[in-house]
Amino acid sequence: MTPTLQLFLFVSAALFCIGLLAALSRRHAIFILIGIEMMLAAANLNFVAFWRFSPQPQPPIGVMVAIFSIAIAAAEAAVGLALVIAIYRHYRTTNVDRLDQLKG
Amino acid sequence: MSTAAFIVIAILILAAALAAASLPTLIHAALSFAVAFVGIAAFFFLLGAEFVGLVQVFVYVGAVAVLIVFTILLTRRDATTPDKFNWGGVVIAIAVFNGLVWAIFRTPALSIGAPQIEPLTVKRIGEVLMTDYVWPLQCVGLVLTAALIGALILVMEEKNSKS
Repeated sequence: MTPTLQLFLFVSAALFCIGLLAALSRRHAIFILIGIEMMLAAANLNFVAFWRFSPQPQPPIGVMVAIFSIAIAAAEAAVGLALVIAIYRHYRTTNVDRLDQLKG
Repeated sequence: MSTAAFIVIAILILAAALAAASLPTLIHAALSFAVAFVGIAAFFFLLGAEFVGLVQVFVYVGAVAVLIVFTILLTRRDATTPDKFNWGGVVIAIAVFNGLVWAIFRTPALSIGAPQIEPLTVKRIGEVLMTDYVWPLQCVGLVLTAALIGALILVMEEKNSKS
């Protein structure tokens, strides 16, 4: 018996929900970014799994979308972590509960 | 595609991801995050998308994990403050998970095995990137450049206004 598409989707759904858990329940900005990265990776896993289990399209769309998605996620991580450093310099904290004023 | 490899990698990914989401120390969470992404790259290898797996290892384990560790070290003074855990997030995550699992296992069209495919070579990916996907490729290049400049400006700004 080889793994079916459902099992891959199940693992990816579990990974997505763990990322959602990290993004929603941790109050540290870096944990929130880690959770967002996990959700993006779960989406990539879905793209590649659907590509592998479908009749082969030409060009390989799922793989291409996953590659572009990884590139966008890297850009997002770089900007997000730069924002965390800028916020830390300003407020001396990275706890998102304490960032509650619009005025700099 | 072997079942044993699938089970081992799935357990590795989910355990590392849970550790990354729940460990109290930031640096431990960052290392578990790297382990989880190595597991996802192994999944890509298992699915026959070796190039995506390699890109995943290079970008996430090589670059993003190092960026996260650097950010943790730069904001270290704050790392010891107690992190209040919000249980509402757990409830929402479990609800979303139940919804997704219900949808996945209720759809009969998804319970299919993998068809035999010819292996996807890097040559083919390069050809497709240079023909059908050349405009998205250029746009991604532009986005990455903008992100690089934007990240630099965000980090530099404070230093200028202070002096």
